Amino acid sequence: MPAIEIRNLEKIYNAGFWRKRSKRALRPLNLAVEEGEIFGFLGPNGAGKTTTLKILMGLVFPTAGSARILGMDLDDPRMKAQIGFLPEQPYFYDHLTAQELLHYYGQLSGVDAKQLSRKVEAVLEQVKLSSSAGVQLRKFSKGMLQRVGIGQAILHDPKVVFLDEPMSGLDPMGRREVRSLIEDLKARGKTVFFSTHILSDAEALCDRVSVIRQGELRGVGAVAELTAGVHGKVEIVWHGATVPAGIRSMGAECHAAGETSRVIVPEENQDAALEALRRERLRLISVVPVRTSLEDYFVAQLGAPLKSETVSSRS
Amino acid sequence: MNSRVFHIATNTFREAVRDRVLYNLIGFAVLMSAAAVLVGQISIQIERLVVINLGLTAVSLFGIVIAIFIGIGLVSKEIDKRTLYTVLSRPVRRWEFIAGKFFGLSGTLVVNTFFMAIGVFAALAYVSHNLLRSDIGVLVALYFIVLQFIIITALALLFSSFSTPIFSAIFAFWLFVIGSFAQDLRNFAAMTHGVTRWLATGAAYLVPNFSALNVITQVAHGEPVPHSLILFNTIYTLVYSIAVLSAAVLIFERRNLK
Repeated sequence: MPAIEIRNLEKIYNAGFWRKRSKRALRPLNLAVEEGEIFGFLGPNGAGKTTTLKILMGLVFPTAGSARILGMDLDDPRMKAQIGFLPEQPYFYDHLTAQELLHYYGQLSGVDAKQLSRKVEAVLEQVKLSSSAGVQLRKFSKGMLQRVGIGQAILHDPKVVFLDEPMSGLDPMGRREVRSLIEDLKARGKTVFFSTHILSDAEALCDRVSVIRQGELRGVGAVAELTAGVHGKVEIVWHGATVPAGIRSMGAECHAAGETSRVIVPEENQDAALEALRRERLRLISVVPVRTSLEDYFVAQLGAPLKSETVSSRS
Repeated sequence: MNSRVFHIATNTFREAVRDRVLYNLIGFAVLMSAAAVLVGQISIQIERLVVINLGLTAVSLFGIVIAIFIGIGLVSKEIDKRTLYTVLSRPVRRWEFIAGKFFGLSGTLVVNTFFMAIGVFAALAYVSHNLLRSDIGVLVALYFIVLQFIIITALALLFSSFSTPIFSAIFAFWLFVIGSFAQDLRNFAAMTHGVTRWLATGAAYLVPNFSALNVITQVAHGEPVPHSLILFNTIYTLVYSIAVLSAAVLIFERRNLK
């Protein structure tokens, strides 16, 4: 049984004063996420990622279609006790401390009162906020709010965790910590569904990803398969700022950074490039095949015409 | 009480109590009671009347302001700040959220009234040098003020469930003003005919009857409050609040939280 099952989910908003203008936020969406996987829901801003998440959380009602989480309906309280949710750019109650907030959410999630204090302490430790447990949330930085947000999402040990742009607003250290938390969730057998437009994070963390654009699902695939393709090029890195004449004559663009230089050349020019380095007595650092990145897949999916555009052009 | 409703109510109370605006308003109310003592001293033989009138009016007005000011943001603020998302993604039903918010703010107002009432009784004891048996009427007046707060809280919550804070405040405030003249509206309706009578009667019974809940003048003059009025007002507040809260739940249950 999939952890998350979405069938023909559609959302149309009625906009304008008289609610006569309709805006299609989500075209019929079909998606299944298996238990125990980290699933990336990718798309540019306004693609429909947050709308999808809000429908799954019961905050917005779909125009058509249905979804089930852990085999249960979206309004089933038993299901809600087994999921955690971190909204985008979370904001919490100004006058509560981190400890009070987690206690409150734990109570709402039905965590046993005898275990609640211990769980709150453990989660504060996990998200590295133990020293700020007694500070009111209005004094928290953006990164700290994000971490307490993740804390409230995992406090009650849910089976499925939904994260909407979890790296948003974080510095590199913060992002690393969140990545580590997500990896830890996977190691504990949780299913993680997270939306992002930062592809490097998705590539590093996800088992599978999907791409959505203008409310339409553009593609779904395992990250390992999507990035297995090789471009037919190699990246050569050497020590020094000198670019051998043999490499310059290939017309390839060279980049120098600090004490190293690098160039990307077609595979058939690899031997000639290496020979040019040898003649100049430059020290080789690495020769690596250039693979298809998730960004390449993402851009390719976004560039293809929408199914709706294809249908209208045929008619 | 359902445990989730209790926890939401407790959290609402805690948030309200930690909001400094509340202390400013309570401070003003206590100051007005003190001012009533000064005014009473320049009014010969009617010090008690002045203290009761001004003191209870201060408790009523400032309490209404608190009820509206906090009540209008109970739902809309949580939607704007997205704190509602992390609550409703848990096994919390939307009606539990509304009920919890209602009990939380009502509880806050009861506690506030208690402290403001201490100010009134202190002022009364000061001018009278002791408390009289007829001061029980002041307790009844305070009870009726609390009933007003409960109705206004329910109305503020209703408006907050579908409107912005500004409009919610305007609607709630005007309903309080019109409700304070509900008896006059009913008298007017009785004097009209046809469609006007029908509309005026409808409006008169639709707006909350705050005029029946205002016995300040009566109590200030030492007149007793009939037990039947206490019973009627209690039942009226219960029925009216339940009706308003039911409407709030119905609206909120269907609302898309964009």
